[in-house]
Amino acid sequence: MCANCHGTDGRTIEGSAIPSLVGMPKDYMVLQMKAFKDGSRPATVMHQITKGLTDTQIDIISSYYAAIKR
Amino acid sequence: MKRRSFVQASMALGSFGVLGGMVGCASVGRVPEKARVVVVGGGYGGATAAKYVRMLSNYQIDVTLIEPNGEFVSCPISNLVIGGSKTMADITTPYDKLSGKHGVNIVRDYVASVDPVKKTVTLASGPTIRYDKLVMSPGIDLMFNTIEGLKEANASGQILQAWKAGPETLALRKQLESMNDGGVYAITIPEAPYRCPPGPYERASQVAHYFKQHKPKSKVLILDANQDVTSKGPLFKKFWADNYKDILEYMPQHKVMAVDAKTNTLKFDVQNDVKADVLNVLPAMRAGGIAVQSSLANVNTRWCGVHYQTFESTQAKDIHVIGDSIMLAPLMPKSGHMANSHGKVTAAAIVAQLSDMPVNPTPFLSNTCYSFVNDKLVVHVASVHQYDNKDKTYKTVSGSGGVSSAPNELEGIYAWNWAQNIWADSLM
Repeated sequence: MCANCHGTDGRTIEGSAIPSLVGMPKDYMVLQMKAFKDGSRPATVMHQITKGLTDTQIDIISSYYAAIKR
Repeated sequence: MKRRSFVQASMALGSFGVLGGMVGCASVGRVPEKARVVVVGGGYGGATAAKYVRMLSNYQIDVTLIEPNGEFVSCPISNLVIGGSKTMADITTPYDKLSGKHGVNIVRDYVASVDPVKKTVTLASGPTIRYDKLVMSPGIDLMFNTIEGLKEANASGQILQAWKAGPETLALRKQLESMNDGGVYAITIPEAPYRCPPGPYERASQVAHYFKQHKPKSKVLILDANQDVTSKGPLFKKFWADNYKDILEYMPQHKVMAVDAKTNTLKFDVQNDVKADVLNVLPAMRAGGIAVQSSLANVNTRWCGVHYQTFESTQAKDIHVIGDSIMLAPLMPKSGHMANSHGKVTAAAIVAQLSDMPVNPTPFLSNTCYSFVNDKLVVHVASVHQYDNKDKTYKTVSGSGGVSSAPNELEGIYAWNWAQNIWADSLM
């Protein structure tokens, strides 16, 4: 779901403007995803993607990336 | 995280991510008698499926990938090579990480036949490989015979498609460079569905951008068999009107029936003939030849029907078909991003099935597709597709997805990074 743009395991290539997700703190990622979803954080595409996710799915994704070591 | 919990996590979310772990040894060119998983085709779908079966099985399931080309050449971004702002090197990725880092056994060959009863594939060079699971990702075939005179004109190198990125991409660029200022480039588009819905409009934009900079007296004609622009229509049409007004002309409802190579003329079913200096004819498309030949293309003998939860063929057990070859669920485009997603859902399903574990009941996937309207400005379309266990198909999630509000440079940066990241995700 995320890896197509954010890299396998959330690791983007060197110099990517699209951020890595690996090791991102869970609380931070949940907040950002919800901010994209409710429109409070402007985005080019993430608002349209996060509107396709339930809060449970956002929680599972954020837990997954938080658990991976950088 | 142990393999079981990892596969369960990936099942909860379609699939994504990777465990660090054991790395297999590369062995390019070895033809085994048997592989647990054989993958046919090393594009966005097949390469991703091969890599993710290795990763999701914690490198326990052996994978042989059969691919005739020595390197991966990306269709996405290839229009920028035609427009002149990227090179072939920019869109080419070697397969060495797939073998060296992930232990995928790569055999450089074509598949001559598939036997779904004996569960074997036979290579063009002769040997036969047995499989437990087969992933078919052969892309598309261009149906040259649907347009009179096209097969010969393409074989001679005169009328190009460049819809499979590779030598024709560069050859089309060279035709445009050799064309005199004041010449006409015409691209024809078949009726949907075809690979990469916005691709022809992006290509026409790239050529128009090149003409505007270097050959301002030249023209671009888009001759579309469809009723209207099939993807990102309002965005493309506004940009053309604002920026390529005297260069680019869009003509819907132009279905090509024949080409006359002697006079470089297109003949349509209803409309008048069109003559151009550079003809770029895209014929109707269908599933890759090996899928058709193996009777997997059971929808109109053009596309392969699959059970969307696992991408297993509706025609043959233990054969999964992914990417542009399949009959897609509604509103799912034939794109590299989609094929990569199919590869992951399929890899997770195969690893679960070979490990006697339950398959994810509700996979979901997304699509993001960027189009360059010149060398810097980009528009996107995005969508999220959730598997519906009751109706056995993917449905777009209500309220999700959409397009750019306008062409913008920020997405130009993201689009190029998208390409680099998905190449790495599929191949490295």
